[in-house]
Amino acid sequence: MKTSFNKTGLATILFSMVLVGCSSAPVEETSTDIEDTSVQTGQVDTSGIDDSAMASSADTVFYFDFDKALLKPESRAALLEHAAALSSNPRSVRLEGHADERGTREYNMALGERRANAVKEFLVLQGVSGGLIEVISYGEERAASFGSNDSAWGLNRRVELK
Amino acid sequence: MRKLYGILSLTFLLALSSSSAWSELVIRVTQGNDKPTTVAVSPIALNGLRIKEDIGAIVEADLQRSGLFRTTPRRDMLAFPSKASDVYFRDWRMLGSEYLVVGSMRTIADGRYELEFSLLNVTAQKTEFKHAVRGRVNEMRDLAHLVSDKVYQEITGIRGAFSTRIAYVTANRDSGKFVYRLNVADADGAREKLMLESSEPIMSPSWAPNGKELAYVSFETGRPAIFRQNLVTAKRQQLTNYTGLNGAPAWSPDGKKLALVLSKDGNPEIYMLELSTFKFTRLTRHFAIDTEPTWMSDGNTLLFTSDRGGTPQIYKLNVATRATERLTFRGNYNARPSLAPDGRTLALVHRESSTFHIASFDLKTGRMIELTETRLDESPTVAPNGAMVMYATKQGDRGVLAAVSLDVGVRYVLPAKNGDVREPAWSPFLQ
Repeated sequence: MKTSFNKTGLATILFSMVLVGCSSAPVEETSTDIEDTSVQTGQVDTSGIDDSAMASSADTVFYFDFDKALLKPESRAALLEHAAALSSNPRSVRLEGHADERGTREYNMALGERRANAVKEFLVLQGVSGGLIEVISYGEERAASFGSNDSAWGLNRRVELK
Repeated sequence: MRKLYGILSLTFLLALSSSSAWSELVIRVTQGNDKPTTVAVSPIALNGLRIKEDIGAIVEADLQRSGLFRTTPRRDMLAFPSKASDVYFRDWRMLGSEYLVVGSMRTIADGRYELEFSLLNVTAQKTEFKHAVRGRVNEMRDLAHLVSDKVYQEITGIRGAFSTRIAYVTANRDSGKFVYRLNVADADGAREKLMLESSEPIMSPSWAPNGKELAYVSFETGRPAIFRQNLVTAKRQQLTNYTGLNGAPAWSPDGKKLALVLSKDGNPEIYMLELSTFKFTRLTRHFAIDTEPTWMSDGNTLLFTSDRGGTPQIYKLNVATRATERLTFRGNYNARPSLAPDGRTLALVHRESSTFHIASFDLKTGRMIELTETRLDESPTVAPNGAMVMYATKQGDRGVLAAVSLDVGVRYVLPAKNGDVREPAWSPFLQ
C-alpha cells in the first residue's frame, strides 16, 4: 500500500476552504492504493503417520497431579508388567504425554513431555531398552475428556503407552 | 475506568454474511469507554455503482469496536452529504456528532474504484483531511478499514489497526475425529481464509514481521514440527524435524531468525534458527522448562517462560551474552509474554491463586495489572498499535477469542459460530 499527495487537488482545496470558511491552513489531501493480499490454502503431508495398535492386558494410561510429572504409586503395578513384557519380548512403543487445559499451550507441551519422560525413565530403570521408546507430547491439544472441571482435568493429565 | 458503559446500547452484532463453509467470527462489544467521541459516518455515495458492501457501516463497526467512539445512528441523520461542501454543520451539531465522515465512490481505470473521503470537525466547522483510497471490487472491506484507520488516527493520535489481520487455530470434533484449522481473517473477524487443515494438532502461529508469512507447529508427520507458510502462494517449508518438542516459533524483528523450542538435548531449551543458513544456536542451558520466547525490538533480547525458579515465570535473555534475569515475581504462574509496541508493556498469562487471567506487566515499574475477569484466559497477543490485547478464553465449554484494551476500558468478544477458537496472533501493520 502506498500513500501519496494529490497534486491536482489544489483547486478543490481552495474551493472547500472558501466554503468551510474558518480553515486557516489548506486541507491535507492524500491517497492510498490497496495491495492484493489474497490468502491461499496449504496442503498437509500425512504420509509419515503410523497408526500402530497394541494389545496388552495391563493399564496403558497413567495419571498425574497438576503441574507435576511424578509417577503415582497406583501406576507402578501396570508399569512393572509392561517393563517385564518389553524386556522379554522387545518391541517399539510410543509414550504420549498430555496436560490439562490450564496454563499456556507451549508450557503444557513441555509438561506433557516431562510426564512421558518420567514413564520412560521408570521403564528403562526396569531394564527396557531406551531405544525402543519414543516420547511425544501433545500438551493440551488432545484431550481425553471434555469439560472445564476437576474430573475432566484429572483424566487429561496422563501418559498413554501405545 | 471500569464502569460499564451502557452495555445494552453498545452491544451490537456485526453479522457478517458469508458463503464460506468455515466458522466466521462474529464480534460483540461488551464494554466501552466512559467518554466515547461521537462520530457520524454519512453513507458513502455510490453514484450508481453496484457495490455489495455497506462501507459506511463497516467504518461505523470498526470505530465502535475500538470502544473509543460512539456513532450517530443513520436513521437520525437529516441528510446524507457525500462531500464537505454539502455539509450543514448545524444539523450535525444538533445530533451531538463531534466529527463527520463523508465520502463518494467512483470508477477509475482498469476496473478499479476510488473512494474519496473527508473527516470534518463539526465543533470547529472545518475539514481535518481529505483522502482518496483505490482498490478493486473485492477490496471494498480494505477500503473501509483504511477509512477507519485514517479517522482513528486523526482523532486519537494513535495509528489505527483496522487494516490488520488475525491468525488463529480452530478445533472441531466431528464424530470423534478432530479437525484442526489454521485460519487468517481481518481484524474484525470477516473474510476468514483457511491456511491449513489437518487431523493432527496445529499450534502457535507467529507472524513474520512483513505480514506475508506465518510460522507454526503442525503434528501432521505424527510429531510436532515447525513450518513456515506464505499467505499468498501457500508455499510451505518444514523447518525442524528433531526428536522431542519442536515448538513456540517467534520471528525476529528483522525477519531473518526464528527463536524456537527444541527438547532434543533432553529438556526444552530456547534455540535460534538462522533462516538463510539453517544454523541452530542453543541459547538456554537449564534442566527446567524454557519455552515461549518472544523478541524485544532490539533484536538481541528475548523474553521467555521458565519454571527454573519452581513456578513458571518470565525471564529476560541477552542473546549475545546469554545473561538471564528473572522479571516477574508476583503470582504463581506468569507465562506466554507478548510485548506491546511501546517496548515496556507485556501482556501475559497470570495466576494469582487458582484462575488464569490476562495481565499487563510494566517492565519499567514492575507493576502487574489484571485485565480480564474470566477464567482459563490464555494466548495474549497485542495489536500492532498497542491499543488492544486479543486472547483466548472459554464461554461455557467452548474456546472463543476476546479482546481487552491495555488500559482496561474496552473489551469485546469474537465468538465463532462453531468449534473451539484459540491461539490468536495479531498481524503486524500490513502497509
